[in-house]
Amino acid sequence: MTEPDSNRQPAVPDPAELAGRERLTEPVVRTGMFGATGTGDTSGYGGLQVRRPPRVPSPRPYGSYFDEIADQLAHALGAAGSSFGAAVEQVIVANGDLTFYVRREHLLAVARQLRDDPKLRFELCLGVSGVHYPAEAGTELHAVYHLLSITHNRRLRVEVTAPDADPHIPSLVSVYPTCDFHERETWDFFGVIFDGHPALTRIEMPDDWRGHPQRKDYPLGGVPVEYRGATIPPPDERRSYE
Amino acid sequence: MTAPADHQTHGATAAGSAHPEDTGPGETRSHSDPYGSTTDEDYGEGRVYHVTGQDWDEVAAAADDLHSDEKLVVNMGPQHPSTHGVLRLVLTLDGESVTELRPVIGYLHTGIEKNMEFRTWTQGVTFCTRMDYLSPLFNETVYCLAVEKLLGIESEVPERANVIRVLMMELNRIGSHLTAVGTMGLEVGATTVFIYGMREREKTLDLLELITGLRMNHAFIRPGGVSIDLPSGALERLREYVRIMPGLLGEIRALFDAAPVFHARSKNVAYLDVTGCMSLGVTGPILRAAGLPWDLRKSQPYCGYETYEFDVPVRDSCDPFGRYLVRMDEMDQSLRIISQCVDRLSGPRSADDPVMIRDAKIGWPARLALGPDGMGNSPDHIAHIMSQSMEALIHHFKLVTEGFRVPAGQVYAAVESPRGELGCHAVSDGGTRPWRVHFRDPSFTNLQAVSAMCEGGMVADVIAAVASIDPVMGGVDR
Repeated sequence: MTEPDSNRQPAVPDPAELAGRERLTEPVVRTGMFGATGTGDTSGYGGLQVRRPPRVPSPRPYGSYFDEIADQLAHALGAAGSSFGAAVEQVIVANGDLTFYVRREHLLAVARQLRDDPKLRFELCLGVSGVHYPAEAGTELHAVYHLLSITHNRRLRVEVTAPDADPHIPSLVSVYPTCDFHERETWDFFGVIFDGHPALTRIEMPDDWRGHPQRKDYPLGGVPVEYRGATIPPPDERRSYE
Repeated sequence: MTAPADHQTHGATAAGSAHPEDTGPGETRSHSDPYGSTTDEDYGEGRVYHVTGQDWDEVAAAADDLHSDEKLVVNMGPQHPSTHGVLRLVLTLDGESVTELRPVIGYLHTGIEKNMEFRTWTQGVTFCTRMDYLSPLFNETVYCLAVEKLLGIESEVPERANVIRVLMMELNRIGSHLTAVGTMGLEVGATTVFIYGMREREKTLDLLELITGLRMNHAFIRPGGVSIDLPSGALERLREYVRIMPGLLGEIRALFDAAPVFHARSKNVAYLDVTGCMSLGVTGPILRAAGLPWDLRKSQPYCGYETYEFDVPVRDSCDPFGRYLVRMDEMDQSLRIISQCVDRLSGPRSADDPVMIRDAKIGWPARLALGPDGMGNSPDHIAHIMSQSMEALIHHFKLVTEGFRVPAGQVYAAVESPRGELGCHAVSDGGTRPWRVHFRDPSFTNLQAVSAMCEGGMVADVIAAVASIDPVMGGVDR
């Protein structure tokens, strides 16, 4: 360690500046005052660009029972020859929920520990919810698992990401058989390929359907409707306030 | 026995031999014998069986011998009346036993989740109420709880709105369970139970219609509260309902609880224990009939359920009969909760006791009123925005067309629907429309268990198994 010198630049940048930089890398979610297109923005804020707030990792302590879960998972993963830092990219506590962003290659190991460790015991998986973020380069596809521990009456969210170019996520059917239908649904709607699923086929759409309808690049479709002489465009072409 | 002697002997030997003609010299039998049974004649269509009476054992034995390794694949549904809507079950049968069962779904997929991404947060209620059409108020509530959690306004929802929500959900639970029990009766052959169930459900729907204006697709529960207060006279009707329902439910129980046919159809079949429920993600009455008293109203209360007195009915038989009993008991408990709601709603009321959040940026300004043509706009509100306040008009216009913005983030909210844990995963990017809404519908998940319940059992028990799962295809396919 060198002596602190007040004249030198601080080694750690200004947190406010850092937050600003982080924010500038986020996708724009709204332009102008109202986020509407097609008409002029006379509010004087037409050039406004609102970016999505960045996902900032939560600092310890997480509060509630969340620290206990994190500690116990770290302990269990350590005993199994892995580590918390290697498996979990990020921990976010928001809206009263705990979210572990797990690297996909570690998902099975983490799920197994979450289910089997007596102090974690997340027996019930409430399925997979796919989310598509086309603006997030490299992590466009998210698979969100909600876990419930009936033993300890706790909830946990595990989120896994995959790039569009390589949409593979390991299947959890071997740990939670209930994920069977849910993973088929997420494959059907988002095109996430769950490696190791016993029969990954479409479940809601017809077998010969093309494309994955709930991705953001898949149009909603619809036809204009005429009512009393006025024509109403389909929902995705109506004026919207993003 | 009146059967001729030659048939008797013939039957005994045919079991071991595929050639009835080889049966000893004592038998003389012409190929044209009109009463002859199975023959080896080739009519150009392969082996032909003549079934003439008294020889069933023979026919069955010969068929067994020939077809023991043949599988029969049967498509049950998607238009089969006992599959609760457009559910298709692909059964692989070995005789009467089910060796493999695969549920096929998707026939009622309507893209509700995708559509909600193109509407405002408030309009989303109109879509999600149509998912599980037997429990629309649960769909609305779980969605609104998720939106409120994202907005961080759970504590600002008025107390009265929460009581009305609980009241509506419990009414809806009774309506849904009555359908479940009634259709279960119909499917195992007790038509009267179905008629009774529908008749009692009608009383529940009348109340829902009185309060929300509609029998289903209510869009009554909105982010921030409920759309309208109870109409005058509703409390009296509710009290009357709570008074008469125990007797009417008793009539169903009197018909069904000790019916020998029902017992035979629903006991010791479609077995699923707690381990099976956990691994397959099964919740609700099926889990409680396996012996686990897991009810989100008790374990993770929402809408103030912790302040109501009620029990969680549990059975440990793991079979459709136990699930039926759990549903019947739950209706009794729902009546208890409804009467507590009525007491709370009928207490002295302050002049300013809203059913919608006070924040005018979220709660819709229009308080609906009962007009001559049914429930609709409030004349007071229209007078205010159209002739008194330009600002109020602008505000109304913006809130209704643009909607409110919800902070970016994601939440998961869950309620105990009549079929189990109904979850809502809502993601916002900070806009006026959801980025993604996903519903964890209990029917969808519970339907996976139908294979585990039926494989190895008899084909008739599939009916009892599906009826006891009580899947609602609107919720399964969304």
